[in-house]
Amino acid sequence: MNTIPYFPGCSLKDTAASFESSAQFVMEKLGLQLQELERWNCCGTVSSLTTDDLMHHLASVRNLVRVQDLEQTELVALCSMCYNTLSRTAQRINADAEERDKINQFMDRESDYQGAVVVRHLLQVLRDRIGWQALEQATPHSLEGLNVACYYGCTLLRPKEAAIDNVEKPTIMSEAMAAAGAMPVHFPFAGECCGTYQVVDRRDLSIERSFRVIQSAAREGANVIATACPLCQHNLKEAQRELAGASELADIEIVYFTELLAAAMGMDSQKLPEGLSARMQQVAEAQTG
Amino acid sequence: MSRAKTVSVENFRARVEELSGENVFACYQCGMCSAGCPLTDQMDRLPSQVIRDLQQDDITLLESNAMWVCASCLACEVRCPKGVDLAKLMEALRQLHLRKELDHVSIDEMSPQEIAKLPQIALVASFRKKTG
Ligand code: SF4
Ligand code: SF4
Repeated sequence: MNTIPYFPGCSLKDTAASFESSAQFVMEKLGLQLQELERWNCCGTVSSLTTDDLMHHLASVRNLVRVQDLEQTELVALCSMCYNTLSRTAQRINADAEERDKINQFMDRESDYQGAVVVRHLLQVLRDRIGWQALEQATPHSLEGLNVACYYGCTLLRPKEAAIDNVEKPTIMSEAMAAAGAMPVHFPFAGECCGTYQVVDRRDLSIERSFRVIQSAAREGANVIATACPLCQHNLKEAQRELAGASELADIEIVYFTELLAAAMGMDSQKLPEGLSARMQQVAEAQTG
Repeated sequence: MSRAKTVSVENFRARVEELSGENVFACYQCGMCSAGCPLTDQMDRLPSQVIRDLQQDDITLLESNAMWVCASCLACEVRCPKGVDLAKLMEALRQLHLRKELDHVSIDEMSPQEIAKLPQIALVASFRKKTG
């Protein structure tokens, strides 16, 4: 089977384990195996924004060296924060020989980074390497009946150099959902911030922002929200738990986009989020009955 | 947590420009950044006021909570018609505190249950943004 170097990141090994397992299932079905980098390290999570802070790009560069060691030039990430951080560092360091040199001098025990690795998000790999048609053919358990609001948040769209699609009007995730038979729901909060890491010391703020995302999706008729980030997923779920009460907002499934694709490819319902497998069951019954 | 007047900075505006790599006079105060910022409700100065204060070299800006509320979502960055990256200015302002060892979050104030529940990226990002 063809393989592609893959960077999981910290959260996928813990709170977001189902993001990884569903993606692995999906990619195996599609004949392109995710090959986890050996000895990967935390990417640093956020991109340093000050001019003099080259040091904080080092963590990301080390991971790029791992890809180079495999004689590969492409790295795929799933977590959108990791994707963003790795991609921005790669673009910056690939373009600047002087900075690359400084970093290489610092990394005594690594091979020198040559500046050739490109970082992609799994959605880009699905679109550009697999294609929507092949995805459609690989998803026999159609998601018909699911109205999916695709939530991108910040890091798949901003800054422009890291955007995986149109910055203000992304469609890439909706296209994946449509290929799997779901009805994509367009909603104005698709690229709004969930409050991100503010949940650590300003939980009020992230709950409020995330709840607005859910409200906006619900207003446009969504019964599912698809996410691509362990932190968006966490914040949205917390906001739903805390503020949805007994309203219909409590019934919206908030799941990783890979879980939806895995469901459409027949992943064991035990391994899917409970609410999602219940919905899949309803969908199947509606189709046969 | 108030950090009022605990940081003193020579050449305040120049230092912020140096750290951020941004020219604050590129801004013509259209207010687009403030219009799109998701967190203005919680800020004591709007993003466009932050940059206005910088233009005026107003060091009381360091007492504002705006830089700590800013989530680096970059909505302002992609929308500024003048190509100003306000998120970088916010980061520079945070750094002026953090480089004086004035941390804004502390893991000691969190319970083990809270820590266990959060995705790792939340913790790492928060500490990257709010500790030195
Ligand atoms: S959007 Fe740009 S030009 Fe307009 S006020 Fe904000 S920083 Fe200034
Ligand atoms: S980066 Fe900060 S200031 Fe800019 S829109 Fe986002 S939260 Fe507001």
